[in-house]
Amino acid sequence: MLTIEGLNTYYGRAHILADLALQANPGEVVVLLGRNGAGKSTTMKSVIGMVPAQSGAMTFDGTRIDRMASHHIARLGLGYVPEERRIFTDLTVMENLAVGKQPPRDGAPTWTPERLFELFPNLGRMKDRPGGRMSGGEQQMLTIARTLMGNPRLILLDEPSEGLAPVIVEQMAKTILQLKDEGLCVLLSEQNLHFAQMVADRAYIIEKGRIRYSGTMAELAANAAVREQYLSV
Amino acid sequence: MAARPSGRGHFFPSFFPRVAALLANIVIQFMNGLAGASSLFLVAAGLSIIFGVSRIVNFAHGSLYMLGVYLAYSLIEFFGRSSIFGFWGGVLGAAIAVGLIGVVIEVLVLRRIYRAPELFQLLATFALVLVIKDAALYFWGAEDLVGPRAAGLRGAVEIMGKRFPQYDLVLIAIGPLVLGLLWLLLNRTRWGTLVRAATQDREMVGALGVNQSGLFTSVFFLGAFLAGLGGAVQIPREPAQLMLDITVISDAFVVVVVGGMGSIGGAFLAALLIAQAKAFCIGIGDVSIFGATLSFTKFTLVVEFVIMAIVLVVRPLGLLGKLQGAQRGAATVEPPLYPLTRPFWIAVVGLVALLALMPLGGDDYLLVLLIDIAVFSVFAATLHFLMGPSGMVSFGHAAYFGLGCYGAALALLKLKLPMELALLAAPLASGLGALVFGWFCVRLSGVYLAMLTLAFAQISWSVIYQWDAFTGGSNGLVGLWPSEWLKDRTAFYLFTLALCAASIIFLWRVVHAPFGYVLRAGRDSALRADAIGIDVRRFQWYGFILAGVFAGLAGGLFAFSKGSISPETLAVSRSVDGLVMVLLGGVQTLTGPVAGAAVFTWLQDSIARNTEYWRAILGLAILVIVLAFPQGIAGFLKQATARFTSAREREVVR
Ligand SMILES: Nc1ncnc2c1ncn2[C@@H]1O[C@H](COP(=O)(O)OP(=O)(O)OP(=O)(O)O)[C@@H](O)[C@H]1O
Ligand SMILES: [Mg+2]
Repeated sequence: MLTIEGLNTYYGRAHILADLALQANPGEVVVLLGRNGAGKSTTMKSVIGMVPAQSGAMTFDGTRIDRMASHHIARLGLGYVPEERRIFTDLTVMENLAVGKQPPRDGAPTWTPERLFELFPNLGRMKDRPGGRMSGGEQQMLTIARTLMGNPRLILLDEPSEGLAPVIVEQMAKTILQLKDEGLCVLLSEQNLHFAQMVADRAYIIEKGRIRYSGTMAELAANAAVREQYLSV
Repeated sequence: MAARPSGRGHFFPSFFPRVAALLANIVIQFMNGLAGASSLFLVAAGLSIIFGVSRIVNFAHGSLYMLGVYLAYSLIEFFGRSSIFGFWGGVLGAAIAVGLIGVVIEVLVLRRIYRAPELFQLLATFALVLVIKDAALYFWGAEDLVGPRAAGLRGAVEIMGKRFPQYDLVLIAIGPLVLGLLWLLLNRTRWGTLVRAATQDREMVGALGVNQSGLFTSVFFLGAFLAGLGGAVQIPREPAQLMLDITVISDAFVVVVVGGMGSIGGAFLAALLIAQAKAFCIGIGDVSIFGATLSFTKFTLVVEFVIMAIVLVVRPLGLLGKLQGAQRGAATVEPPLYPLTRPFWIAVVGLVALLALMPLGGDDYLLVLLIDIAVFSVFAATLHFLMGPSGMVSFGHAAYFGLGCYGAALALLKLKLPMELALLAAPLASGLGALVFGWFCVRLSGVYLAMLTLAFAQISWSVIYQWDAFTGGSNGLVGLWPSEWLKDRTAFYLFTLALCAASIIFLWRVVHAPFGYVLRAGRDSALRADAIGIDVRRFQWYGFILAGVFAGLAGGLFAFSKGSISPETLAVSRSVDGLVMVLLGGVQTLTGPVAGAAVFTWLQDSIARNTEYWRAILGLAILVIVLAFPQGIAGFLKQATARFTSAREREVVR
């Protein structure tokens, strides 16, 4: 569904991603694991077109998306949930959702605010609250809901568990599995291996902008050496 | 104006009629204020909306207003000035036409530079001001055009025994009406929701699948439409003329800043406040207090800037302003300054030596031009010192240049000091001005700081412009000749060259001295600099004063090189010239302002000699440069060499 090959990304003259390759297949939850500054967010931003890729090929459902503007990529059915959440703080919950709204799409679940409030009951209770006056967890739910309003086929989730209380992290894991059941493909980035193990089917490990390991979650669970080398703090 | 209490006569018999007359006067002035506020609000609202989404401070917004006035004039002629349809059709047609012009500007110019540094966008909009002014000159001529009165609304109504124009009643209604419509548009439509979202984070809006370019273009249409409408509705009240662009843009800036950037409601309040203040100053007229005559009419020129200065000091974000984060996805990173190396100094010494040999050519005209270039190089270098290393953009830097001019001139003419001492009075006067104004300015940052500098410049301008007895008013001062030993053109040239070169070199050294490091630390992270115990504000203040001192020296030299000065020396257009020089040369380099001043002065001189439309040509040249080299001339050269060397480095690494 999403294929990245030989991706190189720079910030100015700093080489951040080097020959990065990964793949996400329909119905899968794939996790990109790595420490602080490994290049997880940069990978996501390269995919959605916020940071230009210097070289490499990225295809989404057979369409080349490197060199495309963000909004064109999004309209192909690729949703992006940024790490910093980037809620529109002056807009209410309903208005935030309205910004994300796109027409229904074949082969992807169609979302309405009502359906989203079933998934995130908290949001339904604060429809008219400005985004700036919500807790971190609520904002995290809102960013995901906002992106889902675009009826994506694949969703990029950048560290969704970051900074959330343990209870909310559990909820978040449930939500991701629900999305998977709806038929969505999820590519998520994480530092939190425990969280990744709750939701993901396959994992890539990234370090200094290079993929160092790839395998199923079961394989990773069995491979203490890799976890030790790339993930422990 | 007519029923002003005279302050004489018997108290009781005349008391009640006088109170009634005073009251009527106040009411009428209040209504005048309301009528004036509408147009002001329309322009400011447009400016505010455009700024919100694009974060571009659109200097050409006043020019769009001016086009609105001119187009309304022509369209009403075309549709027929005596029919109601002719008038309102003309007004609406003009507004729509200006909206479309805004679209063309957005698509052709601004769209290409959304990611360029903020100051570069500013330069592009300056260029548009120049181009639009000459376009108006070409199509409508230099004469003021007095517009038609509104068909069907030519009469007056009687309010408290006084006549009030019917048309002004309509104007009073237009302001709140547009405010209401805008509110509905922004809060009750999907388009409005997207605009408000993009105002906060346009990159995120794009990642959610919204086409930003379409959104930006439509926002420009709306903003330009409002400017055009603001101009068009004024046609029965004020003639179409070529100065409107600058006066209106400074008014609109003031309103937006007083109201709070990005707040439409704030703009409305501020427009009311300022229009009322102006109306009352006109209404009160001249008042004698204890024998001295105080002219409130003269005060109208500055009252808005005084209000702005007060508001900004008390509420730095304006009446209803909220802190707006920098728009994401805009470029901000400043590269570090390169150390001043020996080859650099050798080149500088070589250049100065070469310039010193110029009189041998015997071309007197060239010397005149070179004197101008030297003087403006210093002026630009001081402005760059503020904008680059200190991170303070000034829209009113001409104030210090002009204070220098007047300081020197008045010392020579009034104090009868010899020319050498009078020249010393120049930096003294400007330094004093910078000391006072700077103290307020460094309390703000960004656009707000820029606006406050503009306010102080306008206040200084209007004092000098109106104080006929002391400063010669609009005529200026004449008879400023250098001492005997400098009478000769060559001698004066060498004198100027030496002083200017020394000043510029001194400024460069300061940037690289510990003081310069502190300033840059403050610019790059005020919080961090504060945390390590640097009083950023104090150092910025010192920097401000230093820039003011040298700008004044340039002004003093300028005064003696020309022999006469006028309030033009500290007008907005001079400040804009300075900004164009600095931006043309590139803010990121130390040599940039000198290159920019040379190119600008030379271009202005050589084009102006050959065509009436030098502004347009200059503007177009700037646009080409902006679109082709978004780093400025010097920045472009540096980047080109850097690309060359880094390509080699990469080869070596591999
Ligand atoms: N805008 C930027 N300009 C320059 N360098 C950047 C920028 N953003 C990130 N970097 C650098 O790129 C590298 C990768 O950053 P990235 O944000 O992709 O890491 P990450 O894996 O998402 O880390 P985290 O877990 O902290 O979110 C880091 O070394 C970071 O310092
Ligand atoms: Mg990250």
